[in-house]
Amino acid sequence: MSDFEIVARSDFSDVTFSLEVRHPLMARAAKPGQFVIVMEHEHGERIPLTLADFDRDKGTITLVIQAVGKTTREMQQNCRVGTRLHALVGPMGIPSHIGAAKKVICVGGGLGVAPIYPQARAYKESGAYVIGVLGFRNKGLVFWEDKFRACCDELILCTDDGSAGIKGLVTEGIKQSISAHADIDEVVAIGPPIMMKGCAEATRPFGIKTMVSLNPVMVDGTGMCGGCRVKIGEVIKFACVDGPDFDGHLVDFDDLMARLGRFRPTEKAALEAWQESCRLRGGAGH
Amino acid sequence: MAKRKTIRTIPQARTPMPEQAPEIRITNFEEVACGYRLEDALLEAERCLDCPDQPCVRGCPVGIAIPGFIRKIAEKNFHGAYDVITDTNLLPSVCGRVCPQESQCEGVCTVGERLEPVAIGRLERFIGDRAIAEGWTNLPYIERNRHKVGIVGSGPAGMACAADIAKAGCEVTVFEAFQEPGGVLKYGIPDFRLPNSVVDAEIEKLRQLGIRFECNTLVGRLFTLEQMMGEMGFSAVFVGTGAGYPSFMGIPGESLGGVLSANEWLTRCNLMHGRDFPAYDTPLQPGKHVAVIGAGNTAMDAMRVALRVGAEKVTCVYRRSAAEAPARAEEIHHAQQEGIDFQWLTSPVELVGDEQHRVRAMRCERMELGEPDASGRRRPVPVAGSAFEIECDMVVFAIGTNANPILGQTSGLKLDKRGYIWTDDTLATSIAGVFAGGDIVTGAATVIQAMGAGRRAARAMKAYLGLRDTDAVYLAAPTDPAERLFGIPRRERGFARVHLPETAS
Repeated sequence: MSDFEIVARSDFSDVTFSLEVRHPLMARAAKPGQFVIVMEHEHGERIPLTLADFDRDKGTITLVIQAVGKTTREMQQNCRVGTRLHALVGPMGIPSHIGAAKKVICVGGGLGVAPIYPQARAYKESGAYVIGVLGFRNKGLVFWEDKFRACCDELILCTDDGSAGIKGLVTEGIKQSISAHADIDEVVAIGPPIMMKGCAEATRPFGIKTMVSLNPVMVDGTGMCGGCRVKIGEVIKFACVDGPDFDGHLVDFDDLMARLGRFRPTEKAALEAWQESCRLRGGAGH
Repeated sequence: MAKRKTIRTIPQARTPMPEQAPEIRITNFEEVACGYRLEDALLEAERCLDCPDQPCVRGCPVGIAIPGFIRKIAEKNFHGAYDVITDTNLLPSVCGRVCPQESQCEGVCTVGERLEPVAIGRLERFIGDRAIAEGWTNLPYIERNRHKVGIVGSGPAGMACAADIAKAGCEVTVFEAFQEPGGVLKYGIPDFRLPNSVVDAEIEKLRQLGIRFECNTLVGRLFTLEQMMGEMGFSAVFVGTGAGYPSFMGIPGESLGGVLSANEWLTRCNLMHGRDFPAYDTPLQPGKHVAVIGAGNTAMDAMRVALRVGAEKVTCVYRRSAAEAPARAEEIHHAQQEGIDFQWLTSPVELVGDEQHRVRAMRCERMELGEPDASGRRRPVPVAGSAFEIECDMVVFAIGTNANPILGQTSGLKLDKRGYIWTDDTLATSIAGVFAGGDIVTGAATVIQAMGAGRRAARAMKAYLGLRDTDAVYLAAPTDPAERLFGIPRRERGFARVHLPETAS
């Protein structure tokens, strides 16, 4: 469909970077809340990445990646402007429902700041009052603040160490917003599962509808393997085709977190083997 | 003239297929059945009586002229045999391996009334493999029309439909969501039954017919069926997306680590090369004691893959008895030879985990067979007080699949009660010009049934598009080159036979 050429890259920190990839058809089809599956090279694995942005005029999509394991570190090393991805398929998943909510809080934690952006923008475009709550570990990791300022009526920056914005977790920002506004219709939260769990617990006493975007292990992303199954209430759902957005008050986060850990030893082995081979290759080259 | 063969004059025993010994083959992913050598094929071809009835042709879902191609083998005209087969079936190396011949062509073979039936599948595979090795193709003359046809899904149904509709002159594009085409033939059926290199070779033949494959394309999300029929300018679309969406049982413990569907297990191993981790990046995490739930072909594949990636013990757990198992008899036999432990009349009730949230045992109960249920099979009922545990560190669910919801979510297609795509008798869906077939219509079935559905849909599409049904061409009495012009029989092209007067010279 395209040759998946990388047309822009920017590095936000030593572990976080964004790639803008040419794919005009996908740029046209993409909606907030959807994701893609990427293979960097022929021997690579298929990894899901939430769409952080898309530009219909330029015909590009934007992915924000955190180098945490073998595949993402390899991407950090190899994905330069002008290189190509081996595979890129999507947009996948059911688009977020941008409803008639008049006042929403869009919460992004860490890497989740990127995929919450298209939702915040869509809410703004639908006429809602948008409160952005962004959480980072420290000031050095903050990115896209200007993009959010442009589409949020209020922006609350939270850092773990207080080096930017308020000191504390995003749940602190949510509490502040709820106490300042009694009429919040909806909270949308994307980030690590522990953060989304915290957000769901923060809103539960107030009965505010809270949508979260789940990030289980995936293989195909088209509903044929069930690797991404999650427990929503008592029901099993496949995040790739039934989600990835679900009602945060129904999600079994403990189950999700346990399942996310199930390949941890193998992941560690893959990363170590790769780092070792990099070191050897680097050594041979000099 | 040679004396007519009779049941008494032919070789009485079916020529055996050389096979890897069980203790060797469980250490590799090479094919279990190595295929006929030249002398095996010639000997087996002698067993066909070339009977006038030809029940085998009717037994074949795509109607291959079986006695015709076997006769060519006996004459050592292997390319000729290939032409006969590919007049109706472009994927002989695939079908020769994975068709359940015992319930199709070989099940009705005349020889089979008295002796073992002719090994039609093995002979078909012999010819298909020879064609791949020699680079043969059988490209018909194709008269182009102006129609663009889209095929959604590159599995067996899509491939069969694409081949037929391309032969009818349409410009065909096949859309595949994975990074490479082949569907279940690639991700599902393991290399020891059907090597992916064979699938690739057969797909290459489709490319030579002019068919384009567009991978990494998720139809329904990247664009919809309605967009295909509208702005994208397709005259007709065939949907062959397969079933997918694996079933689980809903028993406690299903989300433990080490519990997965057969689709996930096989996809990681076969398509993503997880068995070669870390040379390939997809992790597999094979278990030492593997329990597979179900007894269909998928279950057999999942178990035999587990053995090959290092499981010490593999147990098959099935709630009915061996007689009801849906897998091919040959597959169960192979699995038994390889040392799979079959626990018939056994049903899991709970998966038990350890403190790391990984599965450590399966709690089961024994069953006995009661009255026949709606499907005609005797319903298993639990035996009171029969609970026991199977130690295992990996559990694979191979109990079937449900309809994939994507196209239902994103188009106006009418679905049936179970969520599969509704079609009429011609495989036309509720959207004009959109046809569907294979597992996404019938639920999980076999490769050859999917191929048959692809071909039926192609015929209906030709009727819809007002094209001549060229199927008739390549079904017609085959393939003496003198009778054909540009690959099409002279009769079909409307050539009159002219008898020239004897010239006095």
